[in-house]
Amino acid sequence: MTALTIVLNILSIGIPFSVSLLLASLGEMFNQRAGIFNLGCEGIMSMGAFLGFMCAYSLQNTAMTPYANLMGVLVAGVAGTLLGLLFALVTVTFHAPQGIAGIGLQMLGTGAAGTLFRHFVGGVTGIPGLPNCPIPLLSKVPFIGPVLFNMNILAYLAFLFVPLSSYILFKTPWGLKVRAVGTSPRSADTMAISVQRTRYQALAVGGLFAGIAGAYLSLGQAKMFADDIVAGRGFIAVALVYFGGWDPYRILGGSLLFSIAQSLQLSIQVLGIKFPYEFAVMLPYVLVIVVLAFTRSAVVKGPAELGIPYDREKRI
Amino acid sequence: MGPTRPTREKIKELRVEGITKRFPGIVACDSVDLTIGENEILALVGENGAGKTTLMNILMGLYQPDVGKIFINGRPVQFKGPADAFAAGIGMVHQHFMLVPNMTVAENVALGLKESHTHLRLDLSGVKKRIAEISERYKLPVQPDAYVWQLSVGEQQRVELIKTLCFGARFLILDEPTSALTPQETDDLIVLLRRMASDMSIIFISHKLAEVTALSDKVAILRRGRVVFKGTTAGQTAAGLATLMTGHEVVLPRNEGVDGCGEERLVVQDLCVKSDRGFLALDGVGFSVRSGEILGLAGVSGNGQKELAEALAGLRRVEKGRVSLMGRDLTNRSPREIIDAGLGYIPEDRTNEGIVSSFSIKENLILKDFASPKFSHGIFIKSQEEARNAASLQERFDIRCSSLNSAAGSLSGGNIQKVILARELAREPKALIAVYPTRGLDMGAEEFIHTRLLELRAKGVAIFLISEELDELMNLCDRIAVIFKGKILDILAGREATRPALGLLMAGIRPEAADRAAEPGEKA
Repeated sequence: MTALTIVLNILSIGIPFSVSLLLASLGEMFNQRAGIFNLGCEGIMSMGAFLGFMCAYSLQNTAMTPYANLMGVLVAGVAGTLLGLLFALVTVTFHAPQGIAGIGLQMLGTGAAGTLFRHFVGGVTGIPGLPNCPIPLLSKVPFIGPVLFNMNILAYLAFLFVPLSSYILFKTPWGLKVRAVGTSPRSADTMAISVQRTRYQALAVGGLFAGIAGAYLSLGQAKMFADDIVAGRGFIAVALVYFGGWDPYRILGGSLLFSIAQSLQLSIQVLGIKFPYEFAVMLPYVLVIVVLAFTRSAVVKGPAELGIPYDREKRI
Repeated sequence: MGPTRPTREKIKELRVEGITKRFPGIVACDSVDLTIGENEILALVGENGAGKTTLMNILMGLYQPDVGKIFINGRPVQFKGPADAFAAGIGMVHQHFMLVPNMTVAENVALGLKESHTHLRLDLSGVKKRIAEISERYKLPVQPDAYVWQLSVGEQQRVELIKTLCFGARFLILDEPTSALTPQETDDLIVLLRRMASDMSIIFISHKLAEVTALSDKVAILRRGRVVFKGTTAGQTAAGLATLMTGHEVVLPRNEGVDGCGEERLVVQDLCVKSDRGFLALDGVGFSVRSGEILGLAGVSGNGQKELAEALAGLRRVEKGRVSLMGRDLTNRSPREIIDAGLGYIPEDRTNEGIVSSFSIKENLILKDFASPKFSHGIFIKSQEEARNAASLQERFDIRCSSLNSAAGSLSGGNIQKVILARELAREPKALIAVYPTRGLDMGAEEFIHTRLLELRAKGVAIFLISEELDELMNLCDRIAVIFKGKILDILAGREATRPALGLLMAGIRPEAADRAAEPGEKA
């Protein structure tokens, strides 16, 4: 095996790995830009993964079979949105501390997904899942073709969301409002922007993305469901948002870095390189911590009021 | 009642009747009646915490009054939020600027300009055109593509004004617009507002009475939530208004004593300190403060004052040079050692550095001594001693609060400063550093603080006073040093210091610069 094939192998595993992280952290970016950090991302992803799987599983061998995956993604997205709105109710309307509420949502989502799975399905069951759609011509380009242009439809969409999110955040009125309520809610309020409504909307979008990110895991990546399918990716997503300085392109970079590191550690194990596998498994996490430690904080750019509930009648 | 529909109707008269607003523990506004006519400038005057800002936030729909009504041109209106106030043509420039720092000027204006929110794209070019129009019409230069955090305070205020005018304000409320401006910027603003008054009505909130008499047609004075005086400005004097505002006659004390000739207490030699951004903020600063002397430091803020104060208090690393107190070397010592050596410190940012705002007043009063045998048994705090200490300091320093157990952050600026002053002075310091001690405070509080500083001087304490108010420096100081770009340009005797002389030095111009072989423009 040549070095080139090893590298291509690592990339062809690592890049699809990054999709769920990318989707979840783009969603979390909208939450945080609006001033709310949602630690419940993990829970929403679990629910998304379960519901996506459940739809595809129960529509197998029915008239709906061709639409099973689509239905799975839609249902996961809707459920994610609803959970995002639930989080908004708790943190925006009732001013609950966001860290605690987020941990609650994480437990609710993860727990409910596991329980429902055992009740309705029981054991490990595979599903066909999302097929790969090689892009004509491009997928035939030597070396990079199979790596970049042979993924499933959701993965392509996820990468398209990066420039799209950047456009939404920096060029649309809604993006302007989101950035304003996260940085200086009182200023936004005095300019007749509804802080509450904008935060609700941002949390709904964040929930939508997290739900779809979960569905990608069960439908696109693992093609099955298990209790620990999300495996901390929701928390990594939250960290990646800081890592990426609340910027979609840098978040993409972070997601790729993490996933490729993970794929690298898998290769280290598979290739039987003499390296303690415990350290290999640690590698992606250590890498994130190291990079975070050396990133200059984007205080000027980031949402200054992140994590602080807004109350108009509170005196300043 | 639905939101008020936008109108272009001129506001001939705005009237509030019987407005009352209560917050937990206080009545911020107590049956306030006011009337403002067309093209009038009303000055709303009062001490900190008198209820001025609350009243204006009610006018903007940010707070709902508990009782009372607002009338425009005789018709009652109800503002459920700022959108309703904008629609009626009222705009406000808040004391704490309502700008989003990580957005550009144009984006900040676009945020409130609903017609720019077209389709899926923000119409920033339209917003810039609107800004250019307003900026041309009122002669308010501004760069629409600059980020707000890059602008000086004066520029940010221009952005606030332009923003409010872009929203179509025909009735302008300005909440303490001059509190953060330099004297020159203040003069410019007053000229500008005079010009704007031909177009609109203005409510101008201030406690700087010279500005009030220079600018306003009518004046209303609030004291503890009540209107205690309403009338025309003509014929009023600053001193008369001050008496009405505070309820007693205000005479700012002056340093009349002979020059302090005690021993050198605080000695600073060749001090070099870096700023947050890593360049040299102080470049070879040296001076000494003697017992019984007030040494002032004049300068436009941002020339190294903050870094100097922090280096002296042990909060910032000294790169080179030496700081000593009573002959003891304190260079780069911990704040604890510096405090124990007898240095008192009144920091610039009183709410964030001077107190722990969520702690009670009595806890804040022992913040530097809670571990000493006087207040602790080693593990537990002697709560009776703590309470006794607080009660006695409250009386000595006239700290006005509902309870000594309430959070220090809930106090007004003047009372927070009294808490800090009480804590520092109760420790009987050998030397005291006071950084902008009266910034943003009203005359009553200023008088109190000045009196205390002079008492301290008489007791032989060495005082280092950093200020940008020239009157304050000239009233209090024995000597005045002037700082410019991290260097002390000159030290003048307090009696010889004049406004023009200090002004020139603050601008970096040394009268006999040529003789002293100054290195011009070496550092940025």
